Amino acid sequence: MPLLNNISAINHALDKEMERDKSVVVYGEDVGFEGGVFRATAGLQKKHGVDRCFDTPLAESGIVGSAVGMAVNGMKPVVEMQFSGFVLPAMNQILGHVARYRNRTRGRYNLPMVIRMPYGGGVRALEHHSESMEDIFAQTPGLKVVIPSTPYDTKGLLLAAIRDPDPVIFLEPKRIYRAFKQDVPEEDYTLPIGKAKIVQEGEDITVVVWGALVREAQKAIKEIEDEGISVELIDLRTISPLDKETIIESVQKTGRFLVVHEAFKSFGPGAELISTVNEGAFLYLEAPPTRLTGFDITIPLPKGEHHFIIEPKQIADKIREIVSF
Amino acid sequence: MLVDQFNPLEGKMLSILDKDGNVKDKKLVPKIEDEKLIEIYKTMLLTRVADIKALQYQRQGRMLTYAPNQGQEATQVGSIAASEEKDWLVPAFRELGAWLYKGVPLEQIFLYWYGNESGSDFPENVKMLPISVPIASQLNHAVGIGMATNIKGEDEVTLAYVGDGGTSQGEFSEALNFAGVFNTPTVFIISNNQFAISVPRKFQTKAKTLAQKSIGFGIPGIQVDGNDVLAVYAATKEAVDRARKGEGPTLIETVTYRLGPHTTSDDPKIYREDVEVEEWKEKDPLIRFRKYLIDKNLWDEEKDEKQKEEFENIVNSNFKKVEESGKISLEKIFKYNYEEMTPELIEQYEEYKNYIEKGVK
Repeated sequence: MPLLNNISAINHALDKEMERDKSVVVYGEDVGFEGGVFRATAGLQKKHGVDRCFDTPLAESGIVGSAVGMAVNGMKPVVEMQFSGFVLPAMNQILGHVARYRNRTRGRYNLPMVIRMPYGGGVRALEHHSESMEDIFAQTPGLKVVIPSTPYDTKGLLLAAIRDPDPVIFLEPKRIYRAFKQDVPEEDYTLPIGKAKIVQEGEDITVVVWGALVREAQKAIKEIEDEGISVELIDLRTISPLDKETIIESVQKTGRFLVVHEAFKSFGPGAELISTVNEGAFLYLEAPPTRLTGFDITIPLPKGEHHFIIEPKQIADKIREIVSF
Repeated sequence: MLVDQFNPLEGKMLSILDKDGNVKDKKLVPKIEDEKLIEIYKTMLLTRVADIKALQYQRQGRMLTYAPNQGQEATQVGSIAASEEKDWLVPAFRELGAWLYKGVPLEQIFLYWYGNESGSDFPENVKMLPISVPIASQLNHAVGIGMATNIKGEDEVTLAYVGDGGTSQGEFSEALNFAGVFNTPTVFIISNNQFAISVPRKFQTKAKTLAQKSIGFGIPGIQVDGNDVLAVYAATKEAVDRARKGEGPTLIETVTYRLGPHTTSDDPKIYREDVEVEEWKEKDPLIRFRKYLIDKNLWDEEKDEKQKEEFENIVNSNFKKVEESGKISLEKIFKYNYEEMTPELIEQYEEYKNYIEKGVK
């Protein structure tokens, strides 16, 4: 069983799927010869050929737009946006076409394609390298939005995304690309898109997180473990479609709710989750459902980013606050 | 090669028929069987008849917004007629003649303009993408189709349409650039009808021709008389043949004129002079081609009248069926967003369905 980190899990999954399914093609900027700026596609061109893993001109709309045509013509493109902040030129394609093709053609053309992108802050990078924009995609009918948090999940979810008959936005928390390693089974497996994972069960409060913040929440829970607070931690894994059932069931049990995300607060995913809790577990609540989120500001450059990035202590304090309401 | 003979940078435009339908240079006339010449003409005529009818329906309040095609029939039919059934058609939104020639049933085309997505669910054998509203974005889809064709080692060609306004979009450049880099079997057809709604061609670019835009991408480009169906066919056929042989993409600019409004919701009298429209009416592609066919003894005025009448009946009966199609069911508007409805969609659907079943809406 190989010991993989998140980035090598992506590479491993792509490699396996390209081997299994000849219609899978992988491309983007620096993706081919170099193997990606984060090395997600390292070695794939050499192994699977320049036809199936290649570099493109530097044009995001061209990358996504051509993937639409590829998918219509029988391929399964897995394209990379070098950073999620660079996806903006491709939004015309993603929101205007990718999300709509199945409905527009009444099911004649579905688009089995994956748009991968490193996302989120915490790597002390330039502007447009640290955004968390999962909400924009999640608000768009026709897209699925998946965010893995561990190497095991990365492999299972990426394989599920490639095999999904609908387009999947695959957001990779780049802060934890190399943060830790995990045993990942060599054999083929997928994880269901649209299902959250209960990371640990608890009685007093439900905490929902995804991506890089799963680890931060786990650290927070460790910090308060001696305080007699029992936390149920849920890793959402998929932002859209949302696993409302798991969340509501959990809050009906715990009576308290916290969602933590790095995306902006206003109109963000936390607002959606709190509405979900209010609609599904209102009479069970013992404290106001709460969100701990990024501020409604442009994400700061590295010297100011520490204010924006949510740390375990902030999560722990927020849990204490809710439990003592 | 026509692309060498007619270099847009030298101000040369391919034109075979004059405005009276006389052949200017016999050497340039493409080889087309008589039967096919008639099929091309009949499709152009059906396009004209259907277009006039559609405008009438719209004015009568029976049809929603519609984008008229009058004046552009040669560009539309001449280009697609140079391709084969296995080839792909990637439309913009004003190519009625091309769609009809490709085999899209008229009823479906009307259904689309009538406001129903099922109008884009074409028959299995019709390899055509749906209408693309975001201008020029469809060109990247066409290139992607070609990239897949190359990977699979097939020999299909993709014809992709865009207007003169579309050449100003970034996606136009991205698509031509990708097509060049990946040597895709794509034929780009710019239907230069002189206007992007109200904005004249001269405000789109300082370049003298739109065809010359190909040069910066390292691909051949040619400007043709877009009201001359033989010229459009000849240029497209050459481009299609090259693409099929693996020699890559071509950009064709067809110089034509939109005799009608952009859509039924604008009034062209505001932005252009009647005298200009009258001038272009004299270059009507249908009249020119009809004269050519009559001279070749392939057609006559009597046949023309009869055919027009037959088409009018066909158009009317097709539209009648569309009018009888009624509204779209609630299930259909939910069903096609994903392969399977998500739990959230099921919830929204059920809630609203139960609500309307009480008869409140």
